[in-house]
Amino acid sequence: MVTVMELYQLLPRTNCKLCGEATCMAFAVGLLSRKKNISECTPLLEENFKKQKEILESLLLPTKGAEETGMIVHPELCTGCGNCVVACPVDVANDPHGAGIGRAPTNDKVIFKVVEGKVVASNIKECRRFGKNRVLCYACIDPCPVGAIEFV
Amino acid sequence: MVTCTGCGLLCDDIEVVVENGKIKETRNACRRGAARMRGCMNRLSPSVNQKPSDIKNCIRKAADILRNARSPMLFGWSNSTCEAQLKGIQLARKLNAAIDDTSSFCQGILIEKVLQKKFRTCSLEDIRDKADVLVYWGSDAQDSLPRHLSRFSYFPRGESRQRGYEEDRIAIAIDVRESNTAKICKGHFYRIPLKGDWDFILALMDALSGKVPSYDSKKMLELASIMKKAEFGAIFLGIGLTYSIKEDFDILQKLADMLPNINIMPMVGPYNMRGFNEALFKETSFVNRVKFDGKASHDSSYSIVEALRNKSIDTLLIVGSDPLSSLPRSAISHLANIPIICIDPCVTLTSRIASVTIPCAYSGVENGGSAVRMDGKVVELTKILTTNFPSDEEILTRLTEAL
Repeated sequence: MVTVMELYQLLPRTNCKLCGEATCMAFAVGLLSRKKNISECTPLLEENFKKQKEILESLLLPTKGAEETGMIVHPELCTGCGNCVVACPVDVANDPHGAGIGRAPTNDKVIFKVVEGKVVASNIKECRRFGKNRVLCYACIDPCPVGAIEFV
Repeated sequence: MVTCTGCGLLCDDIEVVVENGKIKETRNACRRGAARMRGCMNRLSPSVNQKPSDIKNCIRKAADILRNARSPMLFGWSNSTCEAQLKGIQLARKLNAAIDDTSSFCQGILIEKVLQKKFRTCSLEDIRDKADVLVYWGSDAQDSLPRHLSRFSYFPRGESRQRGYEEDRIAIAIDVRESNTAKICKGHFYRIPLKGDWDFILALMDALSGKVPSYDSKKMLELASIMKKAEFGAIFLGIGLTYSIKEDFDILQKLADMLPNINIMPMVGPYNMRGFNEALFKETSFVNRVKFDGKASHDSSYSIVEALRNKSIDTLLIVGSDPLSSLPRSAISHLANIPIICIDPCVTLTSRIASVTIPCAYSGVENGGSAVRMDGKVVELTKILTTNFPSDEEILTRLTEAL
């Protein structure tokens, strides 16, 4: 996954403040969290930055499919083992006798479900990374040995 | 809710959506299970000497070949229901044939010890509810039995382990490489050199009895103290360990005797390998490598690998297995010289060289029955789809009648 520094290296780095941010680094952070758009950086639209803009667009392409919390599930990596289904604290709280004890989820309040051997995220508003009181939860990333879940 | 037959775990909480006589979607099954439910790419068709035929003719031809054979062998069985396996054992008895299954180059020897009650063992539910120390030894459960960690061992919250993996459980991996299971075990991964299991067991035994181990003493003492403190532990023995310490399993028994709170569980890959081992053990008190000759005799020369290497069999009946792709090259050359009868739902490498191929229903999807889970629990399989293909049990019954 692309990092803030990689994005920053491709920006004009003049801190011109035309985008409304104080620095180009702040704009790079905004880009990664999908709060800012590449077109908001007006110097980047000029001819001499054309190549850098194309690279930026290609780097940001994978984050397009992200949920509101920034979660991306890579179905091509997922093995459907269900570790995330059982490890997610929200799933355990919402379905203590299903996902909580390792069995298949018994209701629709859970975040993770395995469909066709691959994990699918839903109910994203229940995620601990969502909303005002969000916390930096890693409960679904840590148990995944293949790195199929990411947050951007 | 249906039962998945993808691996030895036999998950019974799978949901399927059936549309137009086909499985459209599977839910809760892992990728391996979902692929198994979807069925095979190329369905086997009945043939005699590579020429298309019908099932009736194929069975007649197979009976002719078996009748004329002097030392036939029946092999496979790990992907068949318990009922088909019993029919297979009866057929072997009738033919005075040798019978072997894939456990002879897999975990047969460990399952035999468990069935002889030489190891303490427990059920997977016990592990989920009580276990606090889990050791994956030479086994990559995360890849071979994908839902093992999430359904039974590390992640779920059990009756007396309410805080699950976060605080109540310790997972330990002992392996020659950093497998996906080892990645989950993180701080408790013990990497050993190839064939280093023997030295590792000796060092662990030293550490358990209070001596200073000769080998990586700090880590060994740490491991020994975790194992000693375990209230209810489990060691999952994988095929890596079985191949490494070969035939000498007494040392493993000594280690198990030193750890009174720890249970031993062999990891089983194919869905009903243990079912065959239990059925044959009940009839002959051996789990595999048996030859019927009035009475049942057991010898390592009756294993599929040795029998092919020594060219001691002249006909091979294979049920739901693919020896041509799974056996070592030195053993398979004899397959070209003998007539092979292949009963399988899918086209395999072996079915391509077989003299007679008989397609059967896909067990666990197109026919029901029962199977034995890796811990010995009997699980009912459900029939999901209807098919015109006979089940392997029915084919074996008709074959026995034709003889």
